[in-house]
Amino acid sequence: MPKSLLEQAISGNRRSLAKLLTAVENGEVSRDSLKLSTRVADGSVIGVTGAPGVGKSCLIERLLSTWTSNGLKVAVIAVDPSSPLTGGALLGDRVRMESADDNPNVFVRSFAARNQPGGMPNAVVLAADVMRNCGYDIVLIETVGSGQSEIRVVSVADRIVLVEAPLRGDEVQAEKAGVMELADMIVVNKSDLDGSERAAANIISSLELTNNPPPVLLTSAKNSAGIDDLATQLRTLRAKPDAELARARERLLTAWDNALLSREDIDGVLDGLAGSENSAQEWVDKNLRW
Amino acid sequence: MRIVIAKPGLDGHDRGAKVVARALRDAGHEVIYTGLRRTPEQIVRTVLDEDADMLGLSSLSGAHAFLFPRVCQLLVEAGCTDVTVFGGGIIPLDERSLLFDSGMRAIFGPGTKMHEMSEFVDAVISRSSSNQPVGVGEGGDWVWSSGE
Repeated sequence: MPKSLLEQAISGNRRSLAKLLTAVENGEVSRDSLKLSTRVADGSVIGVTGAPGVGKSCLIERLLSTWTSNGLKVAVIAVDPSSPLTGGALLGDRVRMESADDNPNVFVRSFAARNQPGGMPNAVVLAADVMRNCGYDIVLIETVGSGQSEIRVVSVADRIVLVEAPLRGDEVQAEKAGVMELADMIVVNKSDLDGSERAAANIISSLELTNNPPPVLLTSAKNSAGIDDLATQLRTLRAKPDAELARARERLLTAWDNALLSREDIDGVLDGLAGSENSAQEWVDKNLRW
Repeated sequence: MRIVIAKPGLDGHDRGAKVVARALRDAGHEVIYTGLRRTPEQIVRTVLDEDADMLGLSSLSGAHAFLFPRVCQLLVEAGCTDVTVFGGGIIPLDERSLLFDSGMRAIFGPGTKMHEMSEFVDAVISRSSSNQPVGVGEGGDWVWSSGE
């Protein structure tokens, strides 16, 4: 049945694509069962990350209208956090993406992080591949609003765009280690606000000392400044050359986390740890030797 | 459950919708909030693309008698007959049978307790798992009544 769902989805049936994405999200289908080969990282799957409130969703809305008016089809996977206590989630990224509800060449799907490590559900990799196979030229993955060191998105996307905004701290923030070092492009959004040029200048000067500094762009999702340039540059963005080891490390950690959390005895293990029968370190030392 | 909470039509009051979304989130569901002033077509598109199991419509503007049945009709036309639709807001008692006739399964008015919402969702899950009709286009005359 999943195979025929994929065929229907490829032929343009939105409901089949939606149902297939649910099956992917719930782990009911795999790359093997769908007979999909591993996708070549060609730059068409782009992760958009950055702190809460810098304008990731609004920027994506601008990109959607720009790219679709150029004849492209674009899909979005919007990830929001799940409650660590109840497992519930409030998925609100669509609110700022008006194209999501009208534009026939746009497909937006909300994913709850479901408490996957790094806030990035493993199913996103296959979901993005399915969307590419269904004729979407570009897939954008919007991460949960993240701080400085959440870099799991590099394991699921071909390219990483870090969105920043002015007034997010002094220039020392731009010197700190973390996701900025792995980004293939940095966008300083809210260029309509005072301090945006200075924020961009701080980032550029901090990256000057590194090899192959990524491009730094100024945009305003509010008044569309810089959006055309961003949309054009993203189509030909090159991967940061010296980040390959870090990417491989994140892919390994993702696969490892997934293997650990899909153990059949995981609930019992967690109950034991919560009941302080032993420490997490003791459990790992005892059970995860190879 | 994946549940879409939507505000159809020209109605700027979303406190109730947000409280409901929050209550369902706290009951362990994944809730997709659409934002204000959506057309029936946009709401159906959201339900379709997000593969939602349920749709909650909120209206305090008095336009529910037009907007809610319109959403139900479009859902059925789009093939989403198995989606459970419920509503809330200022819905006079004598206008509810019209909404139930269009396929809605519950109407929650002012004063509804949060736990009642999740009891309704649980009832839908339990009926659905025993193949009893709960969807907007599945027929049957079941509607939620408090204390069920």
